[in-house]
Amino acid sequence: MSAERVAVVGVGQTEHRAVRADVSMVGLVREAAKRALADAEMTWTDIDAVVIGKAPDMFEGVVMPELFLADALGAAGKPMLRVHTAGSVGGSTAIVAAGLVQSGVHERVLTVAFEKQSESDAMWALTVPTPFQAPLVAGAGGYFAPLIRAYMQRAGAPADIGMMVAVKDRLNAIRNPYAHLKLPDIDMQMVEESPMLWEPLRYLETCPSSDGACAMVLASERVADAASRPPAWVQGTAWRSEPTLFARRDQVNPQAGLDCAADVYRQAGITNPREDFDCAEVYVPFSWYEPMWLENLGFAAPGEGWKLTQSGATAFDGDIPWNPSGGVLSSNPIGASGMLRFAEAANQVRGAAGEHQVEGARRALGHAYGGGSQFFAMWVVGADKP
Amino acid sequence: MADEVLVEHHILEYPGGYTRTVGPVIGRYLTGLRDGRLIAVRLGDGRVMIPPAEYDPVTGEDAGASDADFLEVGPGGTVTTWTWISEPRPKHPLDHPFAFALIQPDGADTAIVHVVDAGTENAMHTGMRVVPKWRDERVGDTLDIEAWVPEGTGGASAAKPATSTEPVTTMSSPVKLEYDIGAGVAATRFLLGLAQRRILGQRTGPGGDVYVPPRGSDPKTGTPTVDEVEVGPRGVVTTFCVVNLPFSPLAPEVPYVCAQILLDGADIALFGLVADMPAADVRQGLRVEAVWADEVGPTLESIKWYRPTGEPDAEYDSYKEYL
Repeated sequence: MSAERVAVVGVGQTEHRAVRADVSMVGLVREAAKRALADAEMTWTDIDAVVIGKAPDMFEGVVMPELFLADALGAAGKPMLRVHTAGSVGGSTAIVAAGLVQSGVHERVLTVAFEKQSESDAMWALTVPTPFQAPLVAGAGGYFAPLIRAYMQRAGAPADIGMMVAVKDRLNAIRNPYAHLKLPDIDMQMVEESPMLWEPLRYLETCPSSDGACAMVLASERVADAASRPPAWVQGTAWRSEPTLFARRDQVNPQAGLDCAADVYRQAGITNPREDFDCAEVYVPFSWYEPMWLENLGFAAPGEGWKLTQSGATAFDGDIPWNPSGGVLSSNPIGASGMLRFAEAANQVRGAAGEHQVEGARRALGHAYGGGSQFFAMWVVGADKP
Repeated sequence: MADEVLVEHHILEYPGGYTRTVGPVIGRYLTGLRDGRLIAVRLGDGRVMIPPAEYDPVTGEDAGASDADFLEVGPGGTVTTWTWISEPRPKHPLDHPFAFALIQPDGADTAIVHVVDAGTENAMHTGMRVVPKWRDERVGDTLDIEAWVPEGTGGASAAKPATSTEPVTTMSSPVKLEYDIGAGVAATRFLLGLAQRRILGQRTGPGGDVYVPPRGSDPKTGTPTVDEVEVGPRGVVTTFCVVNLPFSPLAPEVPYVCAQILLDGADIALFGLVADMPAADVRQGLRVEAVWADEVGPTLESIKWYRPTGEPDAEYDSYKEYL
C-alpha cells in the first residue's frame, strides 16, 4: 500500500479546566483551532478540509457538532467530516484527517476534537439509564475497577503501583501550562488518603472531568517541507475495534489493542517499543491503565508492566517516559483526550513540547482507547520522514 | 420462539437542562435582550450581523473582538420571509395563531428568526414592517421579545428598565427526546424469563457460547442465537469493586459491591450487586446465587442482587478465561 507522506505542521490546545465559563463551545474549539493555525503559520483560507470529533453526544446534548461548528471552523464551502468512536475519537479523528492527505485528496487538513463536559455531568452522560439495559451500577469507575482488580491478581502487582502512576502523571502536569489538574504537593500519601471510590481505585487515581479542545494541521510532504517549524512525520496509523462483550473476551488485555499496536509498529518499523520510542502519550484515565497498557502495547511482557512503572522507567527522567504532558489523569475533555495524546506525541518529536519536552525525542507513540476498552487508535510520529 | 417484544416509553433528558456558557459575543447579544436592545456585530467587510457570532461565517475570521465592533440595530425591522402557524403546539411561544418569520432589523444585513403576532394570516406579507414587543421581565433570552407586531398597530411597547445589570454568561438549554423503545425479541425472552424466576440465555446451537442476557446473535460471528438455555441462578464472582459512593439506587447500602458474575452454564459474565455479606469479605471466585425480588416481573430489577451460597470458592483456572 503506497500512500503520500503526511506530517503534523501545527498543534493547538486550550487551557483545560473543570469549567471554561469564559467561552462558548464555539469559542472553545476556535481557541484550539486558531492556535494550531498560528503554529502552522496558516490562515483559515489555507485549509482544504476539516475533520471534527467529539465523544458521546449526551455530554452537551449536541448531536451534530459538524453542522453546528462548520462555519466556526472555517469550513464554509469545504469538505467537513465528523468521527465518532467514543473515548478514542480524538485519535480516530486525527487518523481520518491524516488519511485525507495520505490519499492525495487534500494538502492541508484541519482536525479538531473537543468536549465541554461542564454543560452536563459526566457521570450522568456516561451512564444514562435506558430501558431493558442493565444499568452501570457504579459509573465508569465501576466498569473499569473490576478489570483493574483482575489485572492486579493476574500480574501479581503490588497494591501501590496505581498510586505511583497517579503521582508521576500529576507531577508531569506541573510542566504543562495547559493541564487542568495542578497538584504540586502530590505524593503517595496524598493519593493514599484520597477517598476510595471504587476499591481498588482511589479518587486521585481517576481522571478529572474537563472542558477542552485540541487541534492539529496535517499537511502533505510538499507543504511540510516548506514549513518553517519542524514537522512531525506520521510513520504509521492504525485503529481496531471489537465488541464490548463476547464470550471469553480478554477485557484486561484486549485483542483489538494488541492487533492495533502490531499493525502500527509494522508500518513504522518498531520492533522493541521500549527501545525504539523516546516517549509515549498513552490514554490512561485510571492509574492502573499504565501498567495494563504497557503490556498491551508491548513495552513489557504480560504480567511485567507494573515493574516498569515501579522502576521509574516511565517517569519523566526514566528511559521511556509515559505521558510527560500529565496525560488523561491531569486533563480529560473526553472527546479531545485522544487527540491530545496524538498532538503531544507530535510536539515531542517536533521539539515543541516546552517544559515537558523529553530531551532529544525523535520518535513517539500517540494512543487512545474508548468504550469498554473496545476502540483503539494509535499513531507513530517521528522527526524523520518514514 | 415467540416474537413478542416488550416496548417502553422512554424520556431522555438531562435533568434541569444543559448549561450553556455563552461566551463574550453571544453573551453581549443576550445581555442586550435583557436590557431591551438589539445588539449586532460588524464584520470585517462592513456587514452587520445579528445575532452576532464570534466569527465571520464566510471566512472564519474573528468577529466581535473589540467593543467597537458592536452596535445597536432596530428596533424596527422588515419581514423577509415567513410561515403561518394556524394550530400552535404546546411548546410554541404563543397559544394563538402566529407567524414564524425572518426579521431583518433596521441597520442589520442579516435576519433573525422570531415570532410575528399579526392576528391573521391575511395581515402577513413579505416586506411588512414590524416592531418588537418587549416583556416587562427579561432574563437574557430570545423570548425576552414576546413577539414582533406590525408597525403602527399600537401593539409595541418600549422596554421597561432591566432588573439586573450583570452580564448574561450562561443559559439553560433543555433538550428532551421522547420515544418508544423496544427490547428486541431476544431481550424480551430474557425479561419474560425473569418474570418466572428463570434466567434464560441463548446460543447458536449445541456447543455454542451461551450469552446472557442474550442479544439475538453471537457477537463473534453474527450467527442468530436460536437455542434457549436456562442458566444460573448460581454462579461465580470473577472480579468486582467495592463502591463507596451511593451511585446505585438498587444497592441496599454503602459500601456495596459491583461484581462481574459468571452464571453456571453461561459463557459471559454479567454485572450484578453482591450483598447479604460484608463488602470486605467479597472475593474473586466467591460462589453466589441470585436473590429474587419479592415481586418479579419482566424487568431487570427482578434480581435484587446476588448472595453467597456457602459453597467452596471456585478455582481461578475455572473462570480466568472470562475476565
